[in-house]
Amino acid sequence: MAGSNDIALMAHLLRRAGFNASRDEVEAAAARGYDTVVEELLNPAPESGVADDLMLRYHPTYNHPGAIEINIQNWVYRMVNTEYQLKEKMALFWHMIFCAGHSKIDSGEEMGRMIQMFRDQGMGNFRELLMELSTSPAMVYYLDNCESHKTAINENYGRELLELFSMGVGMNDAFNYSEDDVKATARAFTGWNIAPPYPPFPYGRSPWEFRFDPADHDDSEKTFLGQSGNWNGDDILDMIADQQATARFISRHLYNYFVADEVPVPSWRQTPPKDEDTLVALEQAYFDSGYNITAMLRVLFNSDGFKNARYAKVKNPAEMVAGTLRMVGDHREEIKPGMFELSQEPKYMGMDLMNPPTVEGWHTGHEWIDSGTLVERINFAADYLGRTDLPGVRSMISRLMSQGDSLSPEQFVDSCADLVGCLNLTADTREQLVSHAGRGGALTHGSDAERAEFTRRSGEMFQIIASTSEFQFE
Amino acid sequence: MVSTNKDNVLVVLSLSGGNDGLNTVIPYNDGHYRDFRPNLGVPADSVIDLNGEIGMHPTMLPLKKYWDEGKLAVFLGIGYANPSYSHFRSMDIWHTCEPDSIGTEGWLGQVIKELDPNNEGQGVTGVNFGRGLPRALAKEGVPVASVGNLETYGLLTGIEGEDQRAEALDLFSKIYAPTVGGGFVSDYLRSTGTYARIGADILATATPKYTSNVEYSSSAVGQYMKNIAQTHLADLGTRVLFTTSPYNGFDTHANQAQLHSGLWTDVSANVDTFVTDLREHNASDNVVLFMFSEFGRRVGDNGSGTDHGAGSVAFALGENVKGGIYGVYPSLEPSQQEEGGNLKSSMDFRQVYATILEDWMGLDSNPINRGVFEKVPFL
Repeated sequence: MAGSNDIALMAHLLRRAGFNASRDEVEAAAARGYDTVVEELLNPAPESGVADDLMLRYHPTYNHPGAIEINIQNWVYRMVNTEYQLKEKMALFWHMIFCAGHSKIDSGEEMGRMIQMFRDQGMGNFRELLMELSTSPAMVYYLDNCESHKTAINENYGRELLELFSMGVGMNDAFNYSEDDVKATARAFTGWNIAPPYPPFPYGRSPWEFRFDPADHDDSEKTFLGQSGNWNGDDILDMIADQQATARFISRHLYNYFVADEVPVPSWRQTPPKDEDTLVALEQAYFDSGYNITAMLRVLFNSDGFKNARYAKVKNPAEMVAGTLRMVGDHREEIKPGMFELSQEPKYMGMDLMNPPTVEGWHTGHEWIDSGTLVERINFAADYLGRTDLPGVRSMISRLMSQGDSLSPEQFVDSCADLVGCLNLTADTREQLVSHAGRGGALTHGSDAERAEFTRRSGEMFQIIASTSEFQFE
Repeated sequence: MVSTNKDNVLVVLSLSGGNDGLNTVIPYNDGHYRDFRPNLGVPADSVIDLNGEIGMHPTMLPLKKYWDEGKLAVFLGIGYANPSYSHFRSMDIWHTCEPDSIGTEGWLGQVIKELDPNNEGQGVTGVNFGRGLPRALAKEGVPVASVGNLETYGLLTGIEGEDQRAEALDLFSKIYAPTVGGGFVSDYLRSTGTYARIGADILATATPKYTSNVEYSSSAVGQYMKNIAQTHLADLGTRVLFTTSPYNGFDTHANQAQLHSGLWTDVSANVDTFVTDLREHNASDNVVLFMFSEFGRRVGDNGSGTDHGAGSVAFALGENVKGGIYGVYPSLEPSQQEEGGNLKSSMDFRQVYATILEDWMGLDSNPINRGVFEKVPFL
């Protein structure tokens, strides 16, 4: 039998390494043990992890949706329903770093393919992932590499590859590369292009294809990070993947996403990381494993830095939406209308999935919150947590009732906070909620009338907890 | 409700999806128009003539009286150089004034910051009507309420029972009250929560006060224009009110004749109702309404609709607007068209912004427009 510490730790793991879980799932996972669950998360099967046949039956365009909104809907459905939660969490991780947006790409299908690439490759070898990225037609188009020619380079992809996708501008107050390195990278990637599209008539748009054009590739000698040679793009990727700066940059991103909110990326050159020890361990895993992301994640989830970082991060909007649905048990393992509208919710909370504001991505941490998005976040979570007909909420209420025939206001508030993901309320908040609970009279559930009132008050307490600032964290 | 010294107010209605400018303000005598619009051309005898050369779509009849009164400005050929044909990108360009790089600060977010640098408006100096904040209103540190439905807007709207909800909101105020030693993020969350609640409280006073003799349509545009009128009439200090017609509705690739007529019937009727409503309340003097779309549509029709285009039309309406036609209609001559068969813009949208910013909001337009643009003298 798992103890309450094990349950709180498991709830933390499932919030971070996935999109949250119901209380039943948390307890079942805690009973299997932390190490076992970490390995389950780290070793997803190659399969899809959701009921594709059912989705296809109800959504005929499921396989190759053209409209961006349908791609977003299918993604949110997958976050809520996939068995392979970490795989999906990593797809979102890479989408938040390797930013390309629909506003420019203007093809839902290509955005969907890019996310699928992150899903397929996001837990594998980082050098291979960079290769997939550099040959992704959507990225080639998004960062103008198709406009970069032997005779006239366009530095956009070369620059962002170094600055945002691998090494970062600098660390320890120094710079990681020079402007000449950017130019050399851009030259090495000339000829990495998109095949001319088929005419869209009469059969509609066809998928974009990557094509290397040797005639447009600058094959002359270049010097990159002090090494000279007739470098092509893949040579550059080899050198990038082997940099200490790259190990640090990816480690710090993993830390920021999974452990605790860091300062924004542009400050990383001057600002040391929050937890140097954890970063060093991640970098070590990166090199020891030959750039394997899963190996880094294994070190991460087993580190004390991770285990102790409860509620040290502001939930991002996808986590708020998918995590709430998973906890209350709506739109899970059943396909019904409403997912389309739900998949727009992250946008109302400031995260327009598949359309990050710029190539730098979303500003995370407390910057997710403004007065408009906070109203959306609170009302969304409170509306769902107040629905005492939903299976996850029903189960939470029956656990409350099993605590005793009559609960004190303190017991009631503490148990409610525990059931909503083992939330730690501040002393001030707890005091307010306890006094609120105390004003409502005895918390008993002997008669039918008492049970109905207990259920109502539980739902209301869950709603109030969903409105606290503590609930904005995970 | 006569007042003498009221601050100027800007209302923006964004026609999302790419309104077909060519069938909105129609060069009905131009032979090229007939050649390029064999299926969708509006007959010359049905357009609402403006100057003998161009006229409005027949469904815009409710706006004719404002033209006759000299309160309706029509901007021809509005757009920007090197047009983007993506809805999202082009909308971003109109929202951020940054056609060459990707901007994150909205032009109206900056306006709100300038008008109310210390957030004295408690988050209602600018209000959006719709879900999620359009980039036009985004700026760090500028709280802007975003209202899906003014009558139900607020926090914890899912709590049933008036007393229960009032009690929950009271509790909310207490748990978001300032505290000592919580740290930066906690303080930030508390103050944001407090702003959100105060903003919602302020906005909640708008609908009970409102009475009117006019009837808006039940469409989204109708309801949002009504919410804008309610907010304006409640005198909450709101200076910028923004709304967007339903998601990409103007994207008329097919079946345009019917769709476009329906859209303009709805928009025209509700704009007329809005102005009438304000006039009946003697509250129209300090309001300018600006209507735009992210781009126009292809000159040649595709049989049943039109594809994404470039230069288009926009409108400003208000008691202080100098009505008339501004700019020149871009040539429909094939050799004069933008590559791809589109109208070449002859007026930059930031010229109209410059006028609004300088002559209506009293602000320096150059930092917001990120450049110097010659004003269009419609105010």
